[in-house]
Amino acid sequence: MNDILQGLISAGWLIITFDPDLIEIVLRSLQVTVGAVVVSSVIGLPLGAWLAVNRFRFRRFVIALMNALMGLPPVVVGLIVYLFLSRSGPLGVLNLLFTPSAMVIAQTIIITPLIASIAHQAIRELWAEYHDLLISVSTSHRQRICTLLWDGRRALLTASLAGFGRAIGEVGAILIVGGNIDHVTRVLTTAIALETSKGNFSLALALGFVLIALAILINATVHSLSQTERSGRW
Amino acid sequence: MIPRLLLASALSLCVASATLADDIKMAVTTSFHNSGLADVLLPEIKADLDLDVHLVVVGTGQALRLGRAGDVDAILVHAKSAEEKFVSEGYGTHRTPFMYNDFVLIGPADDPAHIAQTQSAAEALASIQSTRAPFVSRGDDSGTHKKELSLWFGAGLIPDDFATTWYQAAGAGMGASLNTASAMNAYIMSDRASWLKFGNKGDLVLLFAGDPVLFNQYAYIPVNPATHPHVKSDLTAKLETWLLSARAKSLINEYRLNGEQLFIYNAP
Repeated sequence: MNDILQGLISAGWLIITFDPDLIEIVLRSLQVTVGAVVVSSVIGLPLGAWLAVNRFRFRRFVIALMNALMGLPPVVVGLIVYLFLSRSGPLGVLNLLFTPSAMVIAQTIIITPLIASIAHQAIRELWAEYHDLLISVSTSHRQRICTLLWDGRRALLTASLAGFGRAIGEVGAILIVGGNIDHVTRVLTTAIALETSKGNFSLALALGFVLIALAILINATVHSLSQTERSGRW
Repeated sequence: MIPRLLLASALSLCVASATLADDIKMAVTTSFHNSGLADVLLPEIKADLDLDVHLVVVGTGQALRLGRAGDVDAILVHAKSAEEKFVSEGYGTHRTPFMYNDFVLIGPADDPAHIAQTQSAAEALASIQSTRAPFVSRGDDSGTHKKELSLWFGAGLIPDDFATTWYQAAGAGMGASLNTASAMNAYIMSDRASWLKFGNKGDLVLLFAGDPVLFNQYAYIPVNPATHPHVKSDLTAKLETWLLSARAKSLINEYRLNGEQLFIYNAP
């Protein structure tokens, strides 16, 4: 109990004093996670819409596979990405291991299935509504997907934020591919893991509270900017 | 909009990963990093050599693996036989032992196995085994774990035969294992640095130290450029020269944690 209180106090102190190390790892956490969310959204949202609109032989299988991949174990993703990016691996020449880019790659793999699945679910319902209209004005596949993505943008925002939520709190994969190098690849979650291993529970908790506050702040900001809760709109 | 964001984030990533000064990556063991010695040495290395040493902090096993794959330029570990194998297989150019620290036995303050009165590490462990007092083992094949196993063997005991009612393999790093021991009020072997820095001691105290078998030799091994041509061998050689200098010697010998000397410099 004492540790929790101490953690809250230290968290407040770190934030009030603009601790430079804290600012650095917060910015790096955001850089990595926002990078991964942007890439995943660019892949996942159109993929979800495409799966909703198109009928093909293995569609059900692809959807089931995508849903299953939502539960990808991050440590395994980290290990596989490590083996690819390792100097002895097939992509070793790119020299990406132990860089923030490697962390973005790992997180992108983890959250793309999540974003695509949620997007697919949302678009499928919208497609049921729009189906007759879009067919009757003889739109192309591309136009249909674009219309659905635009009109479903609020639900898709939730998909991206869910991806953000999973990525910002993830530690297993980025610890392996990033290496938790001080001032290079250390982010909030890997710093928390490190401090816990040192038995510095109050500092670890303080960083944890900062992480939670950051997640709330980002979500609140995105929602207020997109005005999802504006009166008269549901 | 989205492509532009993508480009911006890609650019910011490139900027973030580019550094101006020379830099190398070195895999080090958690026990070395936990000691805090790195926080003293790295700024000095930066000042003297204009060299940024990026530490990848992992267990000895993983450090050797990273060196084998060529993912780091040098390694700093403590597992002599594994290091010699690493060098003889051509992954490292040579092994430079330059300092040591020691392992200590930690346990509950009331010391149910009375190891504080024993004369050797083997005797202390035999006493823990005969009283079946709870003992936490790293159980993760790290350098520290291998050392602990060798001490049990040295006492004529086989850890594989121990009952899990008292001998618990945590399968975790030093810090996590210390957390486990603290929660269970159990005995555990730790390197001195990790113990001194550890913040969640609970009822645990240092009970036994000083037996020469508990000494723990660290060695620096540059990754072999003949095996991995991309490693920065000129920079690892520069770092090695610095580690063998009088300056490194005095910094290492003078390093104190809670008033205790942790490392003893012993480069040839």
